[in-house]
Amino acid sequence: MKKLLLASAATALIAGAASAEDVKLGILFGFTGDIESLSTNMASGVDYAINEVNESGKFLSGSTVIGIRADATCSDSSVATASAEKLITADGVKGIVGAVCSGTTRAVLENVARPNGMVMVSPSATSPALSTSEDDGLFFRTSPSDAREGDIMADILLEHGVKSIALTYSNSDYGKGLAEAIASSYTAKGGVVTINIPHDDTKTDFSAEVASLAAAGGDLLVIAGYLDSGGKGIIQASLDTGAFTRFGLPGGMVGDALPLAIGPALDGSFGQVAQSDSGGAKILTDLGTAAGFDATQPYTMESYDATALIILAMQAANSTDPQVYKEKIMEIANGPADGSGEKILPGQLGHALELIAAGKAIDYDGASGVTLVGNGESSGRYREFEVKGGKYETVQFR
Amino acid sequence: MDYLNALVAFLNFVVVPALSYGSQLAIGALGVTLIFGILRFSNFAWGDTMAFGTTLVILLTWWFTSMGINFGPLPTALLALPLAFVGTAALMLLTDKWVYQFYRKQKAKPIILVIVSAGVMFIMNGLVRLIIGTQEQNFADGERFVLSAQAFKDWSGLAEGLAIKTTTAVTLVTAIAVMAALFWFLQKTRTGKSMRAFSDNEDLALLSGINPDRVVQVTWIIAAALAVIAGTLYGLDKSFRPFIYFSMLLPIFAAAVVGGLGSPLGAVAGAYVVAFSEIVVTYAWKKVLGYILPAEWAPEGLTQLLSTDYKFAVSFSILIIVLLFMPTGLFKGK
Repeated sequence: MKKLLLASAATALIAGAASAEDVKLGILFGFTGDIESLSTNMASGVDYAINEVNESGKFLSGSTVIGIRADATCSDSSVATASAEKLITADGVKGIVGAVCSGTTRAVLENVARPNGMVMVSPSATSPALSTSEDDGLFFRTSPSDAREGDIMADILLEHGVKSIALTYSNSDYGKGLAEAIASSYTAKGGVVTINIPHDDTKTDFSAEVASLAAAGGDLLVIAGYLDSGGKGIIQASLDTGAFTRFGLPGGMVGDALPLAIGPALDGSFGQVAQSDSGGAKILTDLGTAAGFDATQPYTMESYDATALIILAMQAANSTDPQVYKEKIMEIANGPADGSGEKILPGQLGHALELIAAGKAIDYDGASGVTLVGNGESSGRYREFEVKGGKYETVQFR
Repeated sequence: MDYLNALVAFLNFVVVPALSYGSQLAIGALGVTLIFGILRFSNFAWGDTMAFGTTLVILLTWWFTSMGINFGPLPTALLALPLAFVGTAALMLLTDKWVYQFYRKQKAKPIILVIVSAGVMFIMNGLVRLIIGTQEQNFADGERFVLSAQAFKDWSGLAEGLAIKTTTAVTLVTAIAVMAALFWFLQKTRTGKSMRAFSDNEDLALLSGINPDRVVQVTWIIAAALAVIAGTLYGLDKSFRPFIYFSMLLPIFAAAVVGGLGSPLGAVAGAYVVAFSEIVVTYAWKKVLGYILPAEWAPEGLTQLLSTDYKFAVSFSILIIVLLFMPTGLFKGK
């Protein structure tokens, strides 16, 4: 055991120097648990970015990137921290892409990343709480905070002339966080939230909830929930009793299954979903089809971008030391303030590495149109839509 | 001051949903109480029996629709009921032959039968999931409304709408028919009388020449019919998911116990008590009061006794209160 520790410590030491060698990246995703169906595809996005860099041979004078997968689950913080410990101490990774769910991300950040000074870029943790947590400049995310969606939704509601809303949320971390974000932004901008109650996704009878929502009233009903379970039930029950006829639909309620189940009564409802109009999205989708993965799956583009950000920042700092390259991540993502940086899209990572090596500024846009704001989180692009004829018709991107 | 609107809002959001939920619970609770009265144990497999019956109904409905058979404005599932009933009754009788009969011959204590039924529950649980999976299934078709909220508003000129879904109407009509048939059967027919005798005093019943095997079989067959009907009505009105049916055990048992286990009349009364209290206690009275009271008295808040999060707590509170003060239930069960 002692020898093993010594050996791994020695490897870690050697790996610290910036000459042509293997640079390890941790891929800390939820390969088991609540979002196991998403994680495999997200990891394909990471692998694709790594391959692209390795094939170019331009990274840190010919270094190779090696991705090492570890399981963070979605809700088991002790497993996540143990996996992260292993990545850092045993595998000697130089950066971590992950974790995926907000709770485990926070646990890893506080218990492992900060004590070890490790950079973490999460593609999918969206909890507003992460915006304000202490991170020593080590934590970034390529997905926007739910607080941002609340802000956007409040704007959209007010622009539609909606003065008061009834609000119901799925009784989960996601639903509760999003509902709070919507309620606080909307109230701050002058709207009235008549009622804010949870609904349980494991039930099918929502008479009592809809009765309360209807009694409280409001111009429309906003549902921060899931389209496959409780959200659909609430809409159906509201329409059946005539309680509400129009609905505000945040990201979790967007999917073709919903208009199919509800029918024409859903027309006229509106909302927004995190989605980019950047050209990069289509490029990565096509590249992914050729490489055998589906980039349109949730958070796959963000995973690709998170990986690219770490690698490009290492190149810009000419170092794989997290304490050094962490300073470069915002710079790579946003480019120089005067906008002179060359836009980098998926498939151009080799070109970007060349530009950085030549001392030229770049502005990494990637697949999801990366722009980091605040504490290092994506500003996020949202597609505003209105349901027309059973389709989510795009109104605009904002 | 607008009593009519207040009344319509109250009917639409409280009375109609509670009546239909209560009727579904009542049919379920009748089955539980029947098994308790005659076979003398609480059947924990009940929720999954309902799920099994409904699964058969759904499969048959799909088959009928694929052959182009439907029931006009009524849900096709009603046509599937008889066949599904035969299937469920067969399963009940086989379960009894393979499992319960053994323990009955041993004169096992009721608590052992309860545990055995929990085992049966797990097997049925798995069976249903194997056949139809864990996802939600919607199988209601035909006309959605007897009276839609908008149509009512247009007709009456009121601000509030009153909606009556086809499934609600079907639920009420079926529930009344089923209850009437069951009470007639228990009170008037020879088999029904022998079942009641068996329930009241098993030894006396045996002495007077009642065939116990026949009583048990008839009980299971009637229970199967009640399970299929209750499950189908609930599934049509809401939607079908195996897990939900499993968790229906709680309100159904609450209803049966509140009414008095073993008393059919009590089961029906208990079901409506549970259904109405769940909705009435968590209802926000703001709108209704706003119509009734003069404008300056209209409440600012929601005037809600309990948040809807607590609706399950309501049926449990009633259960505990009844057990504390009237241990035999409202209608003197066992």
